[in-house]
Amino acid sequence: MTPESVIQLEHVNFSYSGQPVLIDINLDIKKGEFIGVVGPNAGGKSTLLKLILGLLKPTSGRVTVLGDRPVVTRRHIGYVPQYPRFARDFPITVEQTVLMARLGMTKWWGGYTAADHRAARQALLETETADLQHRRLDSLSGGQLQRVLLSRALACEPEILILDEPTANIDQRVETEIYDLLKRLNERLTIMIVSHDIAFVSAYVDRVACLNQTLMVHHAAHIDGNLLDQLYGTHVHAVEHLHD
Amino acid sequence: MTEFYQALLAHSFLQYALLAGLLAGLGCGVMGSFVVVKRIGFLAGGIAHSVLGGMGAALYYGFDPTLGAFITAILAALIIGLVSFYNQEREDTLIAALWAVGMAVGILYITKTPGYNTELMSYLFGNILIVSPRELWMMGLMDIILVSMVGLFFKQFLAVSFDEEFAALRGINVPFFYLLLLCLVAVSVVLLIQVVGLILVIALLTLPAAIAGQYMRTIGGMIVLASLLGMAFSALGLSLSYTPDLPPGAVIILVAAGSYLLSLLATRLFLRFKTRFPSTPKNHS
Repeated sequence: MTPESVIQLEHVNFSYSGQPVLIDINLDIKKGEFIGVVGPNAGGKSTLLKLILGLLKPTSGRVTVLGDRPVVTRRHIGYVPQYPRFARDFPITVEQTVLMARLGMTKWWGGYTAADHRAARQALLETETADLQHRRLDSLSGGQLQRVLLSRALACEPEILILDEPTANIDQRVETEIYDLLKRLNERLTIMIVSHDIAFVSAYVDRVACLNQTLMVHHAAHIDGNLLDQLYGTHVHAVEHLHD
Repeated sequence: MTEFYQALLAHSFLQYALLAGLLAGLGCGVMGSFVVVKRIGFLAGGIAHSVLGGMGAALYYGFDPTLGAFITAILAALIIGLVSFYNQEREDTLIAALWAVGMAVGILYITKTPGYNTELMSYLFGNILIVSPRELWMMGLMDIILVSMVGLFFKQFLAVSFDEEFAALRGINVPFFYLLLLCLVAVSVVLLIQVVGLILVIALLTLPAAIAGQYMRTIGGMIVLASLLGMAFSALGLSLSYTPDLPPGAVIILVAAGSYLLSLLATRLFLRFKTRFPSTPKNHS
């Protein structure tokens, strides 16, 4: 029996004020997969994520998440954005931030329920940030903030985790820790991760989707320098990362 | 000041004025905190100034100016909110236009209203000393609306202020709650106009919340502290203005601005002191 598809894109095109951003994208992500999306800036990576999250509609073609339109099923997606869209000095605690994940699942009035607090606590424990829960968000380091945003995505109790450049602004040691954590989460979640660092990503994921307006999918084992040249057009140094 | 307290016991108009100041302080703390963290002070200013159009029209056609203010404020909030959602580049221009058009319409109506117009100055700068019991009831009602709506939808307002995209992904109707938040800001503007007038509203809406933001970790904490500060500034401004017979609205604003400046200096000095003599070892994670 083949595993069921959780995310499907069929002949998806997207253009922004007449300018094509994505051209005939076909992608089928199976349950339990760990897929990396790489590609140059302005290659359409963020647009692809927004289509899957239902924040944008394709110009043509079809996007299906868990068998339905993304707008309907996206509450089963835990999303970690690339640049936090909030003001960094916003007066909010770590716990309040993570609790926001419960918005669609809790009562519509007043505060959060005990079950919400348990889910938030559980998510914080999973990313080893439970000791930060009463800290103000703007007092965190880059790595801590990224873990908290990952907790917020986990507190959605998702089936799919989507991360946009989760390690863009943090140092390599923390980057490795976060990828190891994702690898553990992959035992129960389908994970899709966008990164510019193809060599680093390919050490962790099952498949790599190379996106530069069009999409090519490769098995992670087949990533080499030739492929990088094709994707980026010029020669790119693939830095080998050693993980111990 | 002792003269003020003796007078307060003797004159009901002063008791009403003090009560009006306290009611306004509560509203400014609750909504001002959202205005400050969402950085929509200019938007609140636009709503406040456009209200003169409604007050002028109400005066001309002979119905209650507060009702005119209320309707105009809600309308302005809805127009600005809708435009900021669907055409963000134009938001700035639109606010500036509403700001000026509202005042122009107001002036036209007021000059064409027969009789002697003392109202204009009290609309612009407030006149807390002529507040009537009926207006106090209305202010109380507006406070109840503000506090209960924020109590009911605090989660949603926090999410919409903090991260609209994530809120939308979690199934929150972001446009609805953003518009509702702006309407509540409009209610608080009308509430504060009674005390400090529509020109000075933005100061009372932002200064107490800005001070509270320097000390509090959460919006909830900001709301409580900003409300207490708003009440304290109103009471202090009123009492300071009494003996020298100054306009209370202006004195209240200067008290708030002075406190903001002092608080800013104090926190800066404290930070410098802390970096020079750190009490806890630096966190390296």
